[in-house]
Amino acid sequence: MIVPFGHVLAIAVILFVLGLTCTVVRRQLIMILIGVEIMLNAAALVLVGASAHWQQVDGQLFVVLLMAVTASEVAVALAMVFYLRHRQGSAVADDFNRMHG
Amino acid sequence: MASILFYILAFVLLAATLLCVTCRNPVHAVIYLVKGFFALALMFYLLGAPLIAAWEVIVYVGAIMVLFLFIIMVLELAPREQPQGPGWKRWVPGLMLAAAVIFCSLLIIFQDPSAASGNPAHFVGPRAFGEALFGRFGLAVEVVSFQLLFAAVGAYYLGRYQPREQDKEETS
Repeated sequence: MIVPFGHVLAIAVILFVLGLTCTVVRRQLIMILIGVEIMLNAAALVLVGASAHWQQVDGQLFVVLLMAVTASEVAVALAMVFYLRHRQGSAVADDFNRMHG
Repeated sequence: MASILFYILAFVLLAATLLCVTCRNPVHAVIYLVKGFFALALMFYLLGAPLIAAWEVIVYVGAIMVLFLFIIMVLELAPREQPQGPGWKRWVPGLMLAAAVIFCSLLIIFQDPSAASGNPAHFVGPRAFGEALFGRFGLAVEVVSFQLLFAAVGAYYLGRYQPREQDKEETS
């Protein structure tokens, strides 16, 4: 382990908070999805750091599964953005705050 | 040596992510995030996960971020470019981040020959990785393959061609 595990955790926490801020603050659907990507990468950083800390391969294996989860999430989410843009003519989250009662 | 590189790359990653979050143009935001993910891949390599580093570049940078760019361009979500040319100030953050990533990767290759030959602190080789992935975690691989199939079917269902109502009336 080249750096203390706490520093890796600190970097990952800052990265996660940046992604959370992007998800909460930005209004475009694309930027919300990018915030989710940043948070998932912070989780991957924690897993690889833990794998190096405990000298186990399990953390890296879980990162592979996380990448598969991310790929499927992005595929469905971007298809939904495309669908919403074609059906409603907008890709801004504020335009979708009403339900058909 | 490696720890200094790690901190430089962490700074690059956080700076690029901060620029991505604060950038108004989605195309610029995605490009900044690509730069940050290159730094993150080098950090994975320094933490002893070369396979994950390669897949970070292939899957995240090569596939997912390009998919984001593709959707942004298809839907024309980016604002129109200003008529005046890009001032040199707008080049500074991107160029500095790129220079830091290139500097760190060259330093890893030339200054630390053991790292270049694939032996950082705790190195997980492809053999141990594959045996653990398809041995102990075989069921998880099956579940993930089902999930990818469902995601593909769902994306295909959402993106299928549907003529609008007025198009139907016009054709009929």
